[in-house]
Amino acid sequence: MKYDIIVSGVGGQGVLSISAIIASSAMQEGLSVKQSEVHGMSQRGGAVVANLRLSDKPIQSDLIPHGTASLIISMEPLEGPRYLSYLSPDATLVSSTNPVVNIPNYPQLDGLLAKLRELKKVVLVDAEKIARDKGSAQAVNMVMVGAASPLLPLKIETLEQNIRTIFARKGERVVDINLQAFRAGREAAQ
Amino acid sequence: MPDTVLLGDEAVALGAVHAGISASYAYPGTPSTEITEFLIPYSRKHGGRPHASWCANEKTAYEEALGASFVGRRALVSMKHVGLNVAADPFINSAIVTIHGGLAVAVADDPGMHSSQDEQDSRYYADFAKIICLEPANQQEAYDMTREAYELSERFHIPIMIRLVTRLSHSRAIVRTGEQRAENPIKKVPVAGSWILLPSHARKLWHELLLQQTEFRRYTESCSYNTLALNGSRGGLGVITTGIARNYYLENVDELKVAPSHLHIGAYPIPLEKVRKLIDHCGTLLIIEEGCSFVERMIRGVIPPSIAIRGKESGELPPDGELTPDIVRAAVGLPARQGVELAGLQLPNRPPQLCSGCPHAETYDALKKALSGYTESIVTSDIGCYTLGALPPYNAIESCVCMGASVSMAKGAAEAGFHPAIGVIGDSTFLHSGITPLMDAITANADMTLLILDNETTGMTGGQPTILPPSRIDKLVLGLGIDPNHVHVISAFRKDTEKNASIIRKELEYHGVSVIIAVRECVETAKKKKREALAEVTK
Ligand code: SF4
Repeated sequence: MKYDIIVSGVGGQGVLSISAIIASSAMQEGLSVKQSEVHGMSQRGGAVVANLRLSDKPIQSDLIPHGTASLIISMEPLEGPRYLSYLSPDATLVSSTNPVVNIPNYPQLDGLLAKLRELKKVVLVDAEKIARDKGSAQAVNMVMVGAASPLLPLKIETLEQNIRTIFARKGERVVDINLQAFRAGREAAQ
Repeated sequence: MPDTVLLGDEAVALGAVHAGISASYAYPGTPSTEITEFLIPYSRKHGGRPHASWCANEKTAYEEALGASFVGRRALVSMKHVGLNVAADPFINSAIVTIHGGLAVAVADDPGMHSSQDEQDSRYYADFAKIICLEPANQQEAYDMTREAYELSERFHIPIMIRLVTRLSHSRAIVRTGEQRAENPIKKVPVAGSWILLPSHARKLWHELLLQQTEFRRYTESCSYNTLALNGSRGGLGVITTGIARNYYLENVDELKVAPSHLHIGAYPIPLEKVRKLIDHCGTLLIIEEGCSFVERMIRGVIPPSIAIRGKESGELPPDGELTPDIVRAAVGLPARQGVELAGLQLPNRPPQLCSGCPHAETYDALKKALSGYTESIVTSDIGCYTLGALPPYNAIESCVCMGASVSMAKGAAEAGFHPAIGVIGDSTFLHSGITPLMDAITANADMTLLILDNETTGMTGGQPTILPPSRIDKLVLGLGIDPNHVHVISAFRKDTEKNASIIRKELEYHGVSVIIAVRECVETAKKKKREALAEVTK
């Protein structure tokens, strides 16, 4: 088994935290993991991407080759399509529909989303709205993990357990909001 | 010891801890920062051992590590590739002295220039200093090689370089760790003169280092990091990989009909015997290395090789930028893989930019206002978040060369006769390399203005504390003997922009050195501090 994931977004959106939850869940299920991250300059509001590779065999490259990724999870609608050349032809782009407009030439949103809908396999979720409905706009990351979860080769219980562990320090309420955000994201994607 | 998930940087840090280091020193620089970011909290949790701290710059960091070695303790010094330029003096000379306590120098190169001004390859430095360089291909090797570096350093009495690259520094994987070794006891250098590089001693020590090269080669010929597999019949393809290039090669090799012969190099000096064996066996040689064509140029030499050599020099691999599995795939002759296409979609770039609310933005506004009456001006600058002021909408600075150059270049331009000449430098960069040129400028009373952007942190690398607290920068500047009437501390708030612009303007009109320190904390660092304080409370 080999499952390669590209997680994309804008610096500051929490690309690494999404990647980290999936990575630790995969490890608990006995898989090998490699996670390549972006640190430094790009984190200042630039395009940010993580390459997350899961496998039951040793993993060589830290980077995912073209045409082989099983999934793109994008925190932002313009950032996902940058990596389509990495996506295997029958694989899925899961993207938030909420734009981060910090460049003057950001494309018109409706047109961009319409274009994304032309893809053979695409899941678009209004992550901000779902997160707010569940009690905190900050839970968008867990909405996105939830939206990707039906496609991940991981058990739901393992993912939920990791969400509990990560947010435990912030108290029961925060754990609960994030679990609900995760479940709502999952529902929205199905 | 249980398996741990570590970044390549962290694997080096933990390897050094388990090798029994007593001290670790560094200046922050992407992609090496996470080595020390790992060690500082580790040390705090373990009663202050090993000592781990940030330093004013890479040179002071290196020399502090040398001090630990001098008294018999093991030490780590880490930096990004261009940091080794700053530390080149102690680095080269530390190869000549008789290293006592083990010393590992972790240098993180940045092929592809993700966060750097060049893509220099530190293997040249190791070769220049005539020391052993270990180049890990993955996180496990980063850990293992760092541990081994200390054994080698004490066996051969030289510093050992660990050469990292961005993709390894910033990628996480599971690492199997070993037992923690105890720190060395304190024991001064036993041989008098072995660290005094007076010409008479230095000549002898240098000669000894040259004689030792045979031993270093014997080590790299036999060590487990340099592996040779001769496959198939004679005259086939042979591949040399170095460091992480092996990962990209292995990612593709299973699809080749005939497995090529393969030499992997993870330890330098280059194992020449192994290279010769490979060349004897093969008809064509493909050399894949991350960084410059270091091995390739060495093997090509100037005499035409007996077999065809392919690599960066001959154009089969790009001479610049980072390797990827796809670039290596093409070089071994496999067809490109197709991904998903979506025709007609515009994808504008999203370059990094100053955070919203960044204090630098306000100072740049004030500076532009102050300059508005001049037909021409120059604004030299430096390395940090504020370099992003070069991009629209600010377009506020005109140079970024190396740490501290903003100050010296403004002085040079002023003395060449240009007015107004303004240098713009961050607080951390100023403390790293800006003080010495400012001393030059003050002594010469050069007609220039220096703007120190004091955001009370090292912003770009994630908010490390500066070496002096911000409140001391003005005192430091005044201590250099500048006319106090031309030193101003201003606050970088939007409401003060007009006032700040007029102060800058006034100082531009003054024909001598002036220094303006614009103070306001970086918004990211302020957030980080708040988060940490909260975590402390809820613990
Ligand atoms: S990290 Fe701090 S200094 Fe850097 S751009 Fe953001 S606010 Fe400005």
